[in-house]
Amino acid sequence: MKVRYFAWVRERVGRAEEEIALPEGVTTVAGVVSFLKSRGPEYEAAFANEKVVRAALDRVHVRPDAALSGAREIAFFPPMTGG
Amino acid sequence: MAVRIQPEAFDIGAEIGRLTAGRTEIGAVVTFTGLCRADGETGVISAMELEHFPGMAEEELSRIEAEARARWPLIDSLIVHRYGRLVPGDPIVLVVTLSAHRQAAFEAANFLMDYLKTSAPFWKKEENARGAEWVAAKGSDDEARDRWR
Repeated sequence: MKVRYFAWVRERVGRAEEEIALPEGVTTVAGVVSFLKSRGPEYEAAFANEKVVRAALDRVHVRPDAALSGAREIAFFPPMTGG
Repeated sequence: MAVRIQPEAFDIGAEIGRLTAGRTEIGAVVTFTGLCRADGETGVISAMELEHFPGMAEEELSRIEAEARARWPLIDSLIVHRYGRLVPGDPIVLVVTLSAHRQAAFEAANFLMDYLKTSAPFWKKEENARGAEWVAAKGSDDEARDRWR
């Protein structure tokens, strides 16, 4: 699955995007976050406050309990500050 | 009905001219322009970098625009949002709504901005005396959006 990061989530992870192979059993957005946090301190730092980080599946906003259900891309980012 | 994401500045007069050219059913045009303030969210700023999620930014703004058009009898609408490096005084965002009567255009423009602020994937990083700092989202923006529910 393609994972993309934006703003300070991108800075903390240290990359803008990557391809990851999700283990069996990871079926939700929250599951992806838990898996990423196990990958190293940079992910721990990016997702230290899980409630703050937002997610989008195939470019649509989703909540942590959303099912991945075949999505090709997941993105993580802080609350938005445009306008 | 259009959405544009661009690094360049926009010309409000030219945009209104394009939107109204040759049309006689429009009775009201409302525009909102958001500008980069020197008195930023993190202090006095010299510039800001606006990051966005290409693709999703256009799609999310289109979803918000479709919602506005479902709620109000708009004849047309336009959202322009810039990205990249901006300095105080620069325009950031433009919302234009056009309708037969003013109330729909006023309310729809207000709605579009409230939703844009909280759901369009843009992030501001301000340059101030301490360096560069990400702007934190404001609870008051969430409240402004929620009053439309």
